[in-house]
Amino acid sequence: MRLLKDALARRAMGLVAALPALLVLLIVAGLFLKSKAILAVEPLSKLLFSSAWHPLKGEFGLLPFITGTVWVTVTALVLAVPVSILAAIYLSEYAPRWVREGAKPVVDLLAGLPSVVYGVWGVILVVPFVGNVLAPLAGVHSSGYSILAGGIVLAIMTFPTIIHVTLEVFASVPQALRDASLSLGATRWETTRHVVLRKGAQGILAASVLGFSRAFGETMAVLMVVGNVPAVPRSLFDAGYPLPALIANNYGEMMSVPSYDAALMTAALVLTLIVLFFNVLARRILVRVERRVR
Amino acid sequence: MNGPADLRLGRRKRADLFFRVLAAASAALVLLSLLLILGTILWKSIPALSFSMLTKTPQGGFYLGKEGGILNAIAGSLYLAVGATALAFLLSLPLALYLNLYKGKGSKTAAWTRFFLDVLWGVPSIVYGAFGFIIMLALGLRASLLAGILTVALLEFPILCRAIDEVMRLVPRELKEASDSLGATRFETAFKVFVRQTAPGILTGVLLAFGRGIGDAASVLFTAGFTDRVPTSLADPAATLPLAIFFQLGTPFPEVQQRAYASAAVLTLIILLISLAGRAMSRKATRHVVK
Repeated sequence: MRLLKDALARRAMGLVAALPALLVLLIVAGLFLKSKAILAVEPLSKLLFSSAWHPLKGEFGLLPFITGTVWVTVTALVLAVPVSILAAIYLSEYAPRWVREGAKPVVDLLAGLPSVVYGVWGVILVVPFVGNVLAPLAGVHSSGYSILAGGIVLAIMTFPTIIHVTLEVFASVPQALRDASLSLGATRWETTRHVVLRKGAQGILAASVLGFSRAFGETMAVLMVVGNVPAVPRSLFDAGYPLPALIANNYGEMMSVPSYDAALMTAALVLTLIVLFFNVLARRILVRVERRVR
Repeated sequence: MNGPADLRLGRRKRADLFFRVLAAASAALVLLSLLLILGTILWKSIPALSFSMLTKTPQGGFYLGKEGGILNAIAGSLYLAVGATALAFLLSLPLALYLNLYKGKGSKTAAWTRFFLDVLWGVPSIVYGAFGFIIMLALGLRASLLAGILTVALLEFPILCRAIDEVMRLVPRELKEASDSLGATRFETAFKVFVRQTAPGILTGVLLAFGRGIGDAASVLFTAGFTDRVPTSLADPAATLPLAIFFQLGTPFPEVQQRAYASAAVLTLIILLISLAGRAMSRKATRHVVK
């Protein structure tokens, strides 16, 4: 009886084990099937590289949205990567123990805050700040609902991802290497730069790529502050319209316009493939780093 | 005292100090952003925060600034997150046990499964939303509590599973061997030893997934619908807090926007509470853990 139960459980668990791979496959396949309706009539290059977005006329160029996503994401990373890595350096190399322990809940909480809350905060504080302070400083006019506002909010949202992975990478650098460097008379910073950063370089790259793919797919917070104008942006103070926002904003009407839903599913497919690509890339690097450390 | 070596040492020390300050400032900036976000949301919400907001559903003209509260969204979000977390847990626990008990340390299957879980973790929630929408249509469902639960469960599954997996990996091998040597089947080892041993970590993981589920907007946008009533069955559409915040903020009326801030404060407080509970519980639930 006990053995029977055990055998049954083993079978059932074996089934569940196939689930993650199956789910990834299903998501990509599902989105592909739904976007086939438009991929069959329009060449892919036209969908991806045309900036004409007129759903009522049947024109679905995704270029403004793809560039919008890239602009916002790159802005966020330019802001987030240096700060996150320096913060991780401080926490791992300089900070006393109690600060390091105290920082954990802060990073966790930052990661746990819902994106809508980030969005509301962005609307209250970041948008006016960009519109009334930064734009006049740069000598341009902006409503504040802009790529830059989206980038700032997104940067804070990616802090936890990058910090978390970077800290793990730093922790995997053997303490003995640090001690050796310090005992040779190197300062803390020299040790960090020549030992910790060099050993962890690949891992930091992976952390940044992971941050990139996290930021790339973020929807609500960005949607709320970025302005949502379907045109290719020309400056940081222009409004943009990222892919996720496009999908989120138009779900209501997508049934009434022909091939609209297929166009949106194509957008979702493009988004998924890009994010998957960077995700897989980052994971591969991390696996290699882990293996080398062991 | 003033030789070139001393000068160089001085410069090196200054560089060290410079980077120490820069790194500390960056860490402070991260902390400051969190405080700024929490502070702004809570401070802005004070004028609109009231008890009736928590206990009433929206009345006529609520989105024009009239009477009512967001009980529909609070209840909807709780139902949704509880359902989704339960479902995700039913999938995650067996999978985590399978990875750690039935598969050895160097197993290829286990490594690939973990890899796919990590990939799933990185899939944006809007994609889960779109995918959930496709599934919903394929199953012939309407936007409803059930469809929302299914979608959010998929979103929570990799988070929860990896969290449980991480704590189970730390279970010492001797414990498993001791259980085996007493003649226990794998199944018995799984539930009588592993689950007990990792209970605090599992609980923390469950709360983490719950928090993620209750706060996610993009995945329920297509699938859960929105209503002013508290859902009474799985087939009813369900309002959710994140969407209530989003819709209220989107109206042109300052009173309603104020309520959006207040709703955001409610959601933030729920998240804070969950996070605190997770910390407290993971400390308390260590009763059955063999050290």
